[in-house]
Amino acid sequence: MAVDALKAGVVLFLCAVVQSSVLNGVDLLGGTPDIVLVALVAVALLRGSIFGAVLGFWAGLVLDTATLQTLGVTALLLTIAGFWIGRYGETTARDRTHAPFTSVLVVTFLLTIGGLLLDYVLGEAAPAGPAFASLPMTVVLNLILTLPVYAVARRLVPPREPADRAREVQLLG
Amino acid sequence: MPRNRSVRVAALGSSVQRSASQPYPSQKSSALKRRIVVGVLVVLALALITVSFRASGLTALQDTGATVLRPFQVASDRVARPFQDAYDWFAGLVHAKSENAALRKQVDALRNQAFRNQQAVQENTMLRAELRYVDGPRFPQDYDYVATSVIAPPQSRFDQTMVIDAGSNFGIRRDYPVVTPDGLVGRVTRVGKTVSQVMLLSDESSAVSASDQNHPGATGIVKHGQGGADTLILDRVDKSQTVAVGDPVITQGSPGNGLLPSIYPRGIAIGSVTSVGQNDTDLYKQIQVQPFVDFSSLRSVLVLVPKKPSTAP
Repeated sequence: MAVDALKAGVVLFLCAVVQSSVLNGVDLLGGTPDIVLVALVAVALLRGSIFGAVLGFWAGLVLDTATLQTLGVTALLLTIAGFWIGRYGETTARDRTHAPFTSVLVVTFLLTIGGLLLDYVLGEAAPAGPAFASLPMTVVLNLILTLPVYAVARRLVPPREPADRAREVQLLG
Repeated sequence: MPRNRSVRVAALGSSVQRSASQPYPSQKSSALKRRIVVGVLVVLALALITVSFRASGLTALQDTGATVLRPFQVASDRVARPFQDAYDWFAGLVHAKSENAALRKQVDALRNQAFRNQQAVQENTMLRAELRYVDGPRFPQDYDYVATSVIAPPQSRFDQTMVIDAGSNFGIRRDYPVVTPDGLVGRVTRVGKTVSQVMLLSDESSAVSASDQNHPGATGIVKHGQGGADTLILDRVDKSQTVAVGDPVITQGSPGNGLLPSIYPRGIAIGSVTSVGQNDTDLYKQIQVQPFVDFSSLRSVLVLVPKKPSTAP
């Protein structure tokens, strides 16, 4: 468990570094891929909500530090995203092939709105027009990233049956 | 079959009733743990945001963090740079065609703009020259002017007439002289309501009484020469008169105000003498005149309108 957490932490750290130094400057037909989000979705789906929340917080903290943004903003958003996707993975999404794609699609959309709202609440610039204009292409790019990132994440942190999940029918009496 | 039968009922046929649904202790502890973890993380994130806004204490920490992350970012950038360059190169190729078309369109538009600007500059220069001319001492005093543009230049070597963009609506009448700041152009031969026809000096039927400005006694008639449209001759100059190469030739006007006054006022420049010759058999000198006006590139002219129009029809 600890080793897996460490591996996932390192992966998300590297993803955050790549995101802040390379991918944030990429403009593919108006969209910008978000590898941190995709990796977080993959790990949270595979390992549950606690894993997702902690790694989301970690990745957000690294991103906020690397980009010198307000500390805690991205951490808050990714914590909630990781937790929510983790819960989805623990409940309905288990063993569903489309789960990573659905999750990435929805979370990319919600994270954009959440980021705008949070920036607005904090009194920072929140340009909704450009953000929504780039959203479709960003979603497409994230969906393209999903398959390889999920495959790598599955190898590094294989899914583990939660202890509280009944593995077999228990006969009473 | 009862709807609420238990697994045991299904499997063993026993009628033992299943107890009410209770979460397993492990499930309860897991949910609690989950809530505590996410709650702590959310509170921590909110605290970080608050502290970031309220105090500068975290700035130093963040700077240190950024400094620590810097080598990783540089390394990441260096690793990604070739891929980025390759992507930029391919993207450049993809965009090159559309960009090329857009740039060509832009070049065409700019070329047209430059052409229009050049035309405007030329027109401006021409109009300034005309203005200087009409305000200057060379402009005949008894005349007003109508400045107009040429809308149809001479159609051929044998048809040395052109059409100007002013007619009777501007008070123009037949035989009014037409000039430019450089010199005499010709005279109006037909007048429409809004346009007029002008016969150039270079037309074969044109004839203007003229004199040598430096030797006023040398008078004659300027008419079409044999050497081409741009060459005139000063005919009927007596062999006893002196004419030198380079002398300016001007309109003679109507000395003495005879019964048939010249349609051209006196003193309008026509050209300069380029050659002078004479022989024993001819009655007059053979004088070639190079006109000051370039008849092939006329774009605007001034029609001289007498201040006291002639009463003759």
